[in-house]
Amino acid sequence: MSQSSIPSSAELIQSGFVRRRRVIARFMQVFLFLCAALSVFITTAIVFVLIRDSWEFFANIPLGDFLFGTMWTPVFADPQFGVLPLLAATLQTAGLAMAIAVPFGLIMAIYLSEYARPAVRETIKPALEMLEAVPTVVYGYFALLVMTPFLQQIVPGLKGINLLVPGIILGIMILPYVVSVSEDAMRAVPNSLREGGYGLGMAKWQVATRIVIPGAFSGITAAFILGMSRAVGETMVLAVAAGQNPNLTWDPREGAATITAYIVQMSLGDVAHGSIAYQSIFAVGLLLFVITLLFNIIGFYLRRKFREAY
Amino acid sequence: MTDTTMTLDQKTGQQAAAAPKEAEMPPAIRPATERDPLRARIEDFSFYYSNGFQAIKHVDMPILDRKITAIIGPSGCGKSTLLRSLNRMHDLYPGNRYEGKVILEPEGENLIGPDADPVLVRLRVGMVFQKPNPFPKSIYENVAAGLRVRGIKKRAVIDEAVESALRRAAIWDEVKDKLHGSAYDLSGGQQQRLCIARGLAPNPEILLLDEPTSALDPIATAKVEDLVQELSETVTIVIVTHNMQQASRISHRTAFMYLGEAIEFGETAQIFTNPRHPRTENYITGRYG
Ligand SMILES: Nc1ncnc2c1ncn2[C@@H]1O[C@H](COP(=O)(O)OP(=O)(O)O)[C@@H](O)[C@H]1O
Ligand SMILES: [Mg+2]
Repeated sequence: MSQSSIPSSAELIQSGFVRRRRVIARFMQVFLFLCAALSVFITTAIVFVLIRDSWEFFANIPLGDFLFGTMWTPVFADPQFGVLPLLAATLQTAGLAMAIAVPFGLIMAIYLSEYARPAVRETIKPALEMLEAVPTVVYGYFALLVMTPFLQQIVPGLKGINLLVPGIILGIMILPYVVSVSEDAMRAVPNSLREGGYGLGMAKWQVATRIVIPGAFSGITAAFILGMSRAVGETMVLAVAAGQNPNLTWDPREGAATITAYIVQMSLGDVAHGSIAYQSIFAVGLLLFVITLLFNIIGFYLRRKFREAY
Repeated sequence: MTDTTMTLDQKTGQQAAAAPKEAEMPPAIRPATERDPLRARIEDFSFYYSNGFQAIKHVDMPILDRKITAIIGPSGCGKSTLLRSLNRMHDLYPGNRYEGKVILEPEGENLIGPDADPVLVRLRVGMVFQKPNPFPKSIYENVAAGLRVRGIKKRAVIDEAVESALRRAAIWDEVKDKLHGSAYDLSGGQQQRLCIARGLAPNPEILLLDEPTSALDPIATAKVEDLVQELSETVTIVIVTHNMQQASRISHRTAFMYLGEAIEFGETAQIFTNPRHPRTENYITGRYG
């Protein structure tokens, strides 16, 4: 190509090239802003609807009765709206899920990031991630039809519909996500830190527990907080295997409806729009939202406190 | 992990040679004042990376007790490789291979022998790296890490050792009010002195430093240099540097390496004023780099 076929910068300005580029840059900026604004808008709108419809609910039912009441009987002749039965079931299944996901997730992530040979890691990780593709309803029926009959032979007094099995299944369900995200965080810990640990005479497991886990702390917390949010918000497994019966119990061998199971049941049923029973869906939805928001705020705080700069 | 291979006749030959020596070997523990001036001997040492590259070729070198030994030489000549052999750092990556001996005196234990446990070796031979690498913990916990690894749990013992290590590393006054703050809030020079304190706290027999000042500004460098010189009264130090002024300023012995070989070893003053080997002379007069 000859020198003269490349336009000089003066010619470029003349030809409107610069103006065109400015227009495109401006357009991209506005477009991207609108995309971002849309997602904020949708979130705000959802929260707005939640708050508006629960507002009417709380106009009829005092907040204290809702939060501390022990009976949830929205379709009875004398309806009671004490959310504790639903909340207790939700917290128990989510707690069981975390009791499974935290230790096993950490062990698996440490194994994959620190111990597994690359070939092993490259096989196991995609296989784990494939588990995420299993539809949750399949997990639900697996809990109901396979796991529960099996555990009934081991755990005395385990009901056919119970909180224990969906809790465990929920833990297994969030495990791939938790492992995958924590392992990424662990592998992002620079080797210079590991060498520092080995240089002090640490054994491999000491480097893993004293250097790698603290170094990846914010990523690991993020993984567990998001896993917890998923466990609290999960619906299908619980609707199928934990039952639809609002039942205040702290015995996970019994069945009880969770917040999400109740929402599904009511949304599919034929309650009249505008009735208190209908509004109660939004009230418990708002509660669910507040719980997950709380987890995210705690996670945000922890991550800031332990942020790593390396 | 790592194969420490020796050919058979080499092994038997060494055993035959070692037998008569055994009798005149000093007892394991003697007062520091009488201690053998030799802290370690590198004998016919070679190192191969996992890709088969021989980075160290038949190096012989004494490490004097409580003296500073500097290793100099052009970039890529194997300084870091040699240093990292002394605490078995290469064992962390599969396929690396040592040959020869690194004898720790006065016990006469071969650090790279098939029976030596790399973790135990690293408990005795500490290391400070080129880039400061504090752990994502508080300043206090960074220094305490090496003590906790050794199973020390008593709060009072750790408190005292942390303070003494920070004092020896000349950083106590700068951090004494924020011991429980993050190590990452310190400047680069402070972080490096913290890493030196971390290496010192468990009282290693030898402290290895790999270009500890290459990431630091001149003032921080001067502080670390002063510190290393003071430390040499109590600890045996091996320091890698590509900075010849630094080697001549602070070290007692200097080794010049070139393409994986130790070309010349001697008193620092002699190496810099009266080098015997033309390659050494070329290097220190800056005729090639
Ligand atoms: N992990 C490795 N695998 C293979 N070769 C390496 C590795 N690390 C360093 N080397 C080679 O070994 C030689 C010595 O490297 P190094 O000890 O880092 O040199 P120096 O510290 O003197 O600059 C260089 O030629 C380098 O390319
Ligand atoms: Mg180097």
